[in-house]
Amino acid sequence: MSEKTLIEAIREAMDEELARNSEVFITGEDVGPRGGVFRATLGLFAKYGPTRIIDSPLAELSIVAVGIGAAMNGLRPICEIQFADFIQPAYNQIVNEAARIYYRTGGTFTVPMVIRAPYGGGIGGGLYHSQSIEATYSHVPGLKVVIPSNPYDAKGLLKSAIRDNNPVLFLEAKKGYRLIKGEVPEGDYTVPIGPANVTREGTDLTVYAYGMMHFYCQQAAEEVGKEGISVELVDLRTLNPLDKDTVLNSFKKTGKALIVYEDNRFLGYGAEIAAILADEGFNYMDAPIMRLAGPDVPGVPYSHPLQDWFMPGPKKIADAMRKLAAY
Amino acid sequence: MRGSISQGETSMVMTVAETAPRTLDGLPAELLLDMYYAMLRARRLDERCWLLHRQGKIAFHISGMGHEAAQIGIAFAMRRGEDHFLPYYRDLAMVLACGLTSLDVMLGVFGKKDDPSSGGRQMPEHFSLRSKNIYSVSSPVATQVPQAAGVALAEKLKGGDRVAVTCLGEGSTNQGDFHEALTWAGVHQLPLIVVVENNGYAISVPMVQEMAILHVSDRAGAYGVRGVTVDGLDPIATYKAAKESIDIARAGRGATLFEVRVVRLTPHSSDDDDTTYRSKEDKVTLKASDPLPKFREHLMQAGILTDQQDTEFGAKAMAEVDYAHQTAEAAPYPDVEWGAGPVYAP
Ligand SMILES: Cc1ncc(C[n+]2csc(CCOP(=O)(O)OP(=O)(O)O)c2C)c(N)n1
Ligand SMILES: [Mg+2]
Repeated sequence: MSEKTLIEAIREAMDEELARNSEVFITGEDVGPRGGVFRATLGLFAKYGPTRIIDSPLAELSIVAVGIGAAMNGLRPICEIQFADFIQPAYNQIVNEAARIYYRTGGTFTVPMVIRAPYGGGIGGGLYHSQSIEATYSHVPGLKVVIPSNPYDAKGLLKSAIRDNNPVLFLEAKKGYRLIKGEVPEGDYTVPIGPANVTREGTDLTVYAYGMMHFYCQQAAEEVGKEGISVELVDLRTLNPLDKDTVLNSFKKTGKALIVYEDNRFLGYGAEIAAILADEGFNYMDAPIMRLAGPDVPGVPYSHPLQDWFMPGPKKIADAMRKLAAY
Repeated sequence: MRGSISQGETSMVMTVAETAPRTLDGLPAELLLDMYYAMLRARRLDERCWLLHRQGKIAFHISGMGHEAAQIGIAFAMRRGEDHFLPYYRDLAMVLACGLTSLDVMLGVFGKKDDPSSGGRQMPEHFSLRSKNIYSVSSPVATQVPQAAGVALAEKLKGGDRVAVTCLGEGSTNQGDFHEALTWAGVHQLPLIVVVENNGYAISVPMVQEMAILHVSDRAGAYGVRGVTVDGLDPIATYKAAKESIDIARAGRGATLFEVRVVRLTPHSSDDDDTTYRSKEDKVTLKASDPLPKFREHLMQAGILTDQQDTEFGAKAMAEVDYAHQTAEAAPYPDVEWGAGPVYAP
């Protein structure tokens, strides 16, 4: 066991899976000698060579489509999209193709592939290097969507994603790449895709979050804990398929729900959680379901005060927790 | 035929003892008769589907009539059922040649449970057959082309010797998918044949409105792949050119953009009315280009096909189509639970 950053855990997962299974290969922009613009694949080209770590043309549609074809022909591609913001040229290939092929062939073809993409704001990335895309893609049956919030989960979930027989969109909080650290065991272990994780037990209210926001929610929960507010924190981890049982069980216990996400609020991922709680948890409800999310503007603005205005962070989250606890 | 294609092998080995010629244009008579039957059978099945649509028995049909010579020429140059094939909706003759049966197709047309392409989930002509390496047709055009590049890349990475063949229409070559696929094909010298079945129309839009070049294959040079244009109404010429392209791909010497000039004898689909954009005169010219009677004539003149044999072929094809039609129509629909999934692979 040693302390690692989020990105080190991600790299370690890929390294171990490349070593473990010759069917695994990586493609994407600058993933080769450069090791990726965020250094997720650093050292892997030197170790595995140009037939396992393949610099792609600058063409997202085909990074995904080539992955789909290779997956249907027996390999397990890991396709890196340099920033989640630039995944949209591949939308058709992900949504109409990767996600639908298993169903549309009556299960005779599978698409075992991982699409990795750094997402999220807070790094001065402006409109096109800060986006959160999870709601759009979680809407798609046939696609799995995973967002780890810590290095341990990142390594275990990425290994599960690589071994999964379905297309998995694996979103990584770029703000947390070096900021979020944690204990990561050496060697092989997996974290299953599906189950959510109660990362903090509490009695007054439940907070649902994932990725970077989960990290901030932990800080906020700590803060309000000192004031006597007991927060239960659910790290969703897998957005599709969602672990509804864990979501509802926690709500049963606290009766109050705050959902935190940095994507813009309208029709964001929190809207589905709120709908599930209203549909299936109405009898436990003690307060209006609350959402804290990004504002409904076309992106995270660049300038520092504007970015701060956009981004939910520990302070805004703590305020929302206080408000809900007081209801 | 344009481009750098040579005429291939022309060994005219004839056994003196036999009266019927054993080869024509360098190809064995058995192969040519198989190709002819494959074209004929596809045509009869295609015609039956139109009839079923006109009778209101099926919701949709999209046709390959006029494309058969090209498709059969290419299919017979492949290791059929082994080489990877990523078809498009017009490839009826080619999927039949690669391993789907007439019954399989009819089960799909009627949306029946045992449709091997999708169990009735997809529209007609969205072919697939895992066991024969026939990949799954989608509706958004050209999506299969970069996927075929991925199939070919995997083949290369695995050290296999199968090639990937994929088809699309000329109008669909305007999609980014096509251009990105050829970029990969050139950069990695992939064992890939991208077949463009150029029938001069994208639904109603004529070629001049689709691109400012005369030959789709002119696009090949920009990507560093071979470009070839062949008369797709001539199955023999298509076969030879396809064979050469496939041999090159299999030998690891790169991909070919393979354009076949064909005709679309029907409206775009059962939902289209082509009298709004094709004149009566055009239709007369079209009919004269039909590759099926032309090939029949060619084989008969060479003494390879006799009238009697042709009649037998016709009867055999009709019997196969009748059987497929009747069996599929009587076959059960899927249970509605089949609509619900599974959505994810285990
Ligand atoms: C992305 C996309 N846009 C539009 C359509 C509707 N559509 C189906 S076939 C077609 C024309 C295709 O023409 P071409 O590529 O020349 O092939 P052909 O049908 O002539 O064989 C169109 C516009 C579609 N299926 N997919
Ligand atoms: Mg066309």
